Amino acid sequence: MSDYNLSHLDELEAEGIYVLREVAAQFERPAILFSGGKDSICVTHLARKAFAPARIPMPLVHIDTGHNFPETMQFRDDLVKELGVQLIVGSVQDLIDRGEVTEESGFNASRNRIQTPTLINTIEQHQFDACCGGARRDEEKARAKERFFSHRDDFSQWDPKNQRPELWDLYNGQHQPGEHFRVFPLNNWTELDIWNYILRENIAIPSLYFAHEREVVRRNGQILAYSEYLNLRPDEKPETLQVRFRTLGDLTITGAVESDADTLEKIIGEVAAARKTERGGRMDDKRSQSAMEDRKKEGYF
Amino acid sequence: MAQGLLRFITAGSVDDGKSTLIGRLLYDSKTIFEDQLESIEQASTQRGTDGADLSLLTDGLRAEREQGITIDVAYRYFATPQRKFIIADAPGHIQYTRNMVTGASTADLAIILVDARAGLLEQTHRHSFITHLLGIKHMVVCVNKMDLVDWSQERYDEIVDAFRSFSSRLDIPDIKFIPISALQGDNVVDRSEHMAWYDGPTLLHHLEHVHVAADRNLQDCRFPVQYVIRPQTDADRDFRGYAGRVAGGVFKVGDKVVALPSGLSSTVTSIAVGDKQVEKAFPPQSVVMTLANDIDLSRGDMLVRENNQPDSMQDLDARICWLSEQPMRPGTRFELRHTSREAKAVVKEVVYKLDINTLHRIEDDIEIVMNDIARIRIRTASPLLVDDYRRNRTTGSFILVDPGTRLTVAAGVIYS
Ligand SMILES: Nc1nc2c(ncn2[C@@H]2O[C@H](COP(=O)(O)OP(=O)(O)O)[C@@H](O)[C@H]2O)c(=O)[nH]1
Ligand SMILES: [Mg+2]
Repeated sequence: MSDYNLSHLDELEAEGIYVLREVAAQFERPAILFSGGKDSICVTHLARKAFAPARIPMPLVHIDTGHNFPETMQFRDDLVKELGVQLIVGSVQDLIDRGEVTEESGFNASRNRIQTPTLINTIEQHQFDACCGGARRDEEKARAKERFFSHRDDFSQWDPKNQRPELWDLYNGQHQPGEHFRVFPLNNWTELDIWNYILRENIAIPSLYFAHEREVVRRNGQILAYSEYLNLRPDEKPETLQVRFRTLGDLTITGAVESDADTLEKIIGEVAAARKTERGGRMDDKRSQSAMEDRKKEGYF
Repeated sequence: MAQGLLRFITAGSVDDGKSTLIGRLLYDSKTIFEDQLESIEQASTQRGTDGADLSLLTDGLRAEREQGITIDVAYRYFATPQRKFIIADAPGHIQYTRNMVTGASTADLAIILVDARAGLLEQTHRHSFITHLLGIKHMVVCVNKMDLVDWSQERYDEIVDAFRSFSSRLDIPDIKFIPISALQGDNVVDRSEHMAWYDGPTLLHHLEHVHVAADRNLQDCRFPVQYVIRPQTDADRDFRGYAGRVAGGVFKVGDKVVALPSGLSSTVTSIAVGDKQVEKAFPPQSVVMTLANDIDLSRGDMLVRENNQPDSMQDLDARICWLSEQPMRPGTRFELRHTSREAKAVVKEVVYKLDINTLHRIEDDIEIVMNDIARIRIRTASPLLVDDYRRNRTTGSFILVDPGTRLTVAAGVIYS
């Protein structure tokens, strides 16, 4: 190998940093969508590198379902403090209280779907013209079609059948008033890339990603965290297992996997050998073949 | 991993087997996950297909599944112990050519699929030409569905000859031919037992070993300034860093550089990736450079070396691929985006359009419609710092944006 070859992680990092700088240069009110999960933590890490030694020139936006793992909230607040950036919280509970959305009921009730109106509401209220997210093309088949600069109309809708061309790395962020872009700096990363990068860069992540003992409920072949927000069926009973999470979302829908991987190296070993995708553990994607596409069209992350 | 990253696209006409081939590559290299397989098996059964339809792995949109076609590029990822791959699965229909161009613009290599029964079609020609236009230096022509022509060497040779006579007029230095069956897996990951007459590599073997790093320009130093970093914090109040992605050449700490368009000289005092100081920067690294003295330098400007400068041009000779449903005639005004710079631009002349099947020039019809490939002359309101696209894909390319709709309407490459 010559001196002038980049490893594939370096190449992905260079791409992500380039995309984030392009956002800062082209938009007036950009933001980073921060869920507290490993992907948005990586986006934030790339942003830190992209603008060093200056602060990240955009706020972090958290769409808060109210059904959070306490660890994620603590992690979020610590990170915001360390980075010296603004945190903007869009609260699902506020929208419910104002009667703007109705909560699902029943055993599989989740606040996943009503995150979308909350997100749209937050974008409109703060007039964000670009929202950077941690979605990756390898996560899901509708996401596999995403551009880096993904256009949203003035109802925040995605039109996957009629996406803008995107040539080379000449990103066109021009838009009409009221429209915005979702931007995906990690588009080309796989789950394994994320973990290898977290290890290489020594990035702090919430403890939930590491194996730990937890009260859980088995449902439809999934392991869900037991909490006050989960409606138990008559035949269901919480049990204690050694688990870790592969993704972190709303507490009621994020499936755990049984695991004893308590270090990054062990997690990487498990991910490399995994036979199921990380979203295979998420109830929200299982609702139908095009569950993700339908949600994305409406304005979901 | 010895070879780093390979970005490639699968192209060719509708139904030639692009999506199936990618499914096969993922399946045979054991990259398909259980839940993905379950999901496509379930969808295949619902649609009455025998076995799992591997094309459903990339045709992820509802409309694509309903119609059994590919509308937009899908990106898939896989790795072998040799290499890591990013695949763009392109649509074959002419109406979605702009999505194919999107996928091809970032590819190092193109796989062109040909249905052994049908031979070369108009879209085979169009996609091959776009591959050439976009400066992709490596091509693999996969003659697919060999199972449907009795694994006939004669038929394969016929197609190879036809392609060679077409491609002799294209500038693609590395073209390889492989007979395959994407459906059955012959010569994709595993060697075919049906075609003893073929003694070349399998597709995957070739993809693992093709050398593309040399395609990057390490000679001509080009650093388009993307963003100026000024911390405004107590600790770094005087810091002024120039952020960007190296578009060519190698920059080293201590190098004398010239800022364009001002022409002012300075010296590189530091190069950083994040908070890590490095000695040198090369493509495609994203770095921050600081200079010895404060000179006028901002987004859209470029750092280069004194004795190796790009052309400063206001009149461009360009090949474009037209991507908009709105036709275009000379005199139309656009915003042109080139590296980190924008400029107003007007199309002065349509020199010719190309007949994609014959590669003949059409000179008496100057209205450009969607998917046309044309040579045009453009004048910009201010000079651009350009290189010939064949020397540098970053400083030699541009897009045109419609000032009314704000849409990207053309991809352009500059020949200078
Ligand atoms: N017999 C045979 N059929 C194939 C082969 N490759 C693809 N097909 C079929 O050709 C059709 C079109 O394939 P698809 O991958 O969707 O083509 P695309 O439009 O190029 O993406 C499907 O019905 C495939 O099953 C092959 O090698 N042999
Ligand atoms: Mg297809």
